[in-house]
Amino acid sequence: MTGLLIRGASVLGQSRDDIRVRDGRIVATGSLVAELDERVIDAEGLVALPGFVDLHTHLREPGGEASETVLTGTRAAAAGGFTAVFAMANTSPVADTAGVVEQVQQLGEQHGYATVRPIGAVTAGLAGERLSEIGAMARSRAAVRVFSDDGHCVHDALLMRRALEYVATFDGVIAQHAQEPRLTAGAQMNEGALSGELGLAGWPAVAEEAIIARDVLLAQHTGARLHVCHVSTAGSVEVIRWAKARGIAVTAEVTPHHLLLTEELARGYDAHFKVNPPLRRDEDARALREALADGTIDIVATDHAPHPAEAKECTWAEAAFGMVGLESALPVLQSTMIETGMLGFADIARVLSSAPAAIGRLEGYAAPVQEGVPANLVLVDPSARRTWSTDDLRGRSANTPYRGIELAGAIVATVHAGVPTVLDGVVRPAEEVATAASAAREAARG
Amino acid sequence: MTARTVLHDADIRRALRRIAHEVLESRRGDGRLVFLGIPTRGTVLAERIQRVVDEIEPGTSSVGSLDITLYRDDLARTPTRAPAPTRIPDEGIDDAIVVLVDDVLYSGRTVRAALDALADHGRPRAVRLAVLVDRGHRELPIRADFVGKNLPSSTSERVSVRLAEVDGAEEVTIEP
Amino acid sequence: MKHLLSTRDLDRETAVSILDIAEDMARTADREVRKLPTLRGRTVVNLFFEDSTRTRLSFESAAKRLSADVITFSAKGSSVSKGESLKDTAQTLQAMGADAIVVRHHGSGAAHLLAHSGWIEAHVLNAGDGTHEHPTQALLDAFTIRQRCYGADSRGRDLSGMRVVIVGDILHSRVARSNVWLLTTLGAEVHLVAPRTLLPSGVETWPVRVHEHLESALALDVDAVMMLRIQQERMHDAFFPSAREYAREWGLTAERFAALGPDTMVMHPGPMNRGLEISSAAADSARSTVLDQVTNGVFIRMAVLYLLVAGSPEASA
Repeated sequence: MTGLLIRGASVLGQSRDDIRVRDGRIVATGSLVAELDERVIDAEGLVALPGFVDLHTHLREPGGEASETVLTGTRAAAAGGFTAVFAMANTSPVADTAGVVEQVQQLGEQHGYATVRPIGAVTAGLAGERLSEIGAMARSRAAVRVFSDDGHCVHDALLMRRALEYVATFDGVIAQHAQEPRLTAGAQMNEGALSGELGLAGWPAVAEEAIIARDVLLAQHTGARLHVCHVSTAGSVEVIRWAKARGIAVTAEVTPHHLLLTEELARGYDAHFKVNPPLRRDEDARALREALADGTIDIVATDHAPHPAEAKECTWAEAAFGMVGLESALPVLQSTMIETGMLGFADIARVLSSAPAAIGRLEGYAAPVQEGVPANLVLVDPSARRTWSTDDLRGRSANTPYRGIELAGAIVATVHAGVPTVLDGVVRPAEEVATAASAAREAARG
Repeated sequence: MTARTVLHDADIRRALRRIAHEVLESRRGDGRLVFLGIPTRGTVLAERIQRVVDEIEPGTSSVGSLDITLYRDDLARTPTRAPAPTRIPDEGIDDAIVVLVDDVLYSGRTVRAALDALADHGRPRAVRLAVLVDRGHRELPIRADFVGKNLPSSTSERVSVRLAEVDGAEEVTIEP
Repeated sequence: MKHLLSTRDLDRETAVSILDIAEDMARTADREVRKLPTLRGRTVVNLFFEDSTRTRLSFESAAKRLSADVITFSAKGSSVSKGESLKDTAQTLQAMGADAIVVRHHGSGAAHLLAHSGWIEAHVLNAGDGTHEHPTQALLDAFTIRQRCYGADSRGRDLSGMRVVIVGDILHSRVARSNVWLLTTLGAEVHLVAPRTLLPSGVETWPVRVHEHLESALALDVDAVMMLRIQQERMHDAFFPSAREYAREWGLTAERFAALGPDTMVMHPGPMNRGLEISSAAADSARSTVLDQVTNGVFIRMAVLYLLVAGSPEASA
């Protein structure tokens, strides 16, 4: 079978249409008649959205294969409706040279579950001392446009200034992990009455807000693009709102977990709720939802951070920071933003697809679900509800914070470059996807 | 639930007086008497018996209490209970004749625990046992020296001692 | 009681009953035979991930006085320092038949994790977790205060009407946290004194009064002053300018001690930094309860071990 016909989907939650996919592209929309060589997907009651783009994923390969690999991470991405992920640079070796970024990108292409766009490190070895080979990575086959020391903050003001100026040369963007290191030495959770009571070292909001304030001023001064990773406080939202009002080229992301979860979860010392930046107060989560709704925050990114069980089954201070989030991203967004009426599905297409693609300079996502665009699609069942469990995960690690929480919405199908990676809610086997992706690439080359 | 009263207040009074006389008769030589009640009701009975003894032979006896909670052999099978205070008279128990006093003698396990507890407090010349009611069914080789009333009972029956100081009533009942 | 993790979990009645049982345990100390057979056949494991000879000896002594078998497991030099996890260590001890695990750990929440992770069945007794809590220390402090005030008439009483001032590094002190919750539950009025750098965030939500100067707190009619230990590393982290300045501003100097009321007791959880948070004049005076606290620690730990371990698991759950 060479083609796909998606019947009766509600496109972006609006018009009801059929969608025909051939040779990796959407070739027709409207009221269509099935052809003999087509696989037909019945999408009655489902919402068709452009494939999701995650600007913040930790795939862990190379070096962290016990937690995740490019294969398992992109499989989790497909299960969550993602067709492109930007892979963070904190691997081992660090993605600070053309060689590493090309390897990661090539692994993604080979597996076929999603487009993998490597993020390059800003500083060599993430050490915060000198710039990495930014130009070489930008000009490599991986064509890196996003640079980040995520996990570490580029805290040296001079280095940050130089990085902003230098990546601008290559139309790049610095994705900053905003965390003043001295204010957060040994920090474990949001600083407040609860950290005081639990005896866990506090992580003050000012440690994030001070860096964002400095960086937006540096972005203004240099005229370069700044992207703020995982905004977590109401104060950070205020700073970004102020910067945007002044026309500074800043974009910002929020994670699904910061939209839904709060610091109260630390009370049981369950390290599955330990994350960087930490879960904050209820009023912060509310401010983040409002900022996402009013556009102050541009996108949602998962900060999918897989860790092996032993990194979480230990005392809070010893546990690793981070949670997996690819599979649960849409359900959390539907639960927090759509069911509260703050966003519609067309907005989801923006914050989870076209806007992150634009920030990362990823082509093919600008005009969602239209004739002629690459066939990156996801079908969502908005009526589904389920109590989340580790059975819902498709990556290698199980450190989800949503166990036992009821979430709305489910991914029924994902199509990446014309190749179905998820059908009937089931991720297709790796060999089938890899073979189909390889054939599609051959066909595209003609 | 038909509880039958087997001892009324007058019966109890008579039984304790008799025990007091028997204790004095059984005492050979000039041994000092220490009555130690096992809380809660044994403590009350010990005080009453000692009062009678003190009327007859003033100044030759003293009274206290001996808690056995921490010595029980069934601790692991029952809910944890707070211990009651142990009060040993200032003169101690070394070389004294100690009379342990309890309300009901049944399996004998309480008395065994009391003997263990006693040994940790000193070395009496002799230890005697006085009980208000002996209802049989011993599980250990223990017998009482002074008994208010022998009360043959079935293990399914429930024997209850009520004393004015603790329960606001004065009787011994048996119910099926 | 299944576990003792935090003094927050104790209501007034339970707290008073622990102090009362400790009185019973204290009585056994003057007897010919000090040992009780209560926990014969039970195994108590002291699991110490953090060095603390005093606390470990106190728990060992308490468990042995109750005739329990005692296994002491110090993490230093063991498989734990070679990377074995808390989970594996705890499960190993459980497999060896531990009925109770007394755990001391540098991580806040470690005792809570052991008790609630589902890894083990044993009773868990928190002997100090990070900068979170140290409940038996607070219990022995309350016991010491009650005994000093009421003597033989202590049984059944709480600390209503008492005024206790806790001075020093509240931010990093598990002793302070446990004492704040316990002493207020027992009806005492608690005052905290510390430089602002050593106060935890959110302290204004605690049931206490906070003073930034020692004089203003000591000017009240105080029943007990509890001086906390200043850890050496705090001095390197710039929480205050120098040891000399700390001693001058927040130490119980000989002059401040002399100005205290005649019945004010001076407490310290030990080990003391003489000349820093406490002067020798205060530490060695008759009003110092430092050694009483050590003695009473054994009785409190006996009482808690008795309450946790003696009963049947079903009955105490």
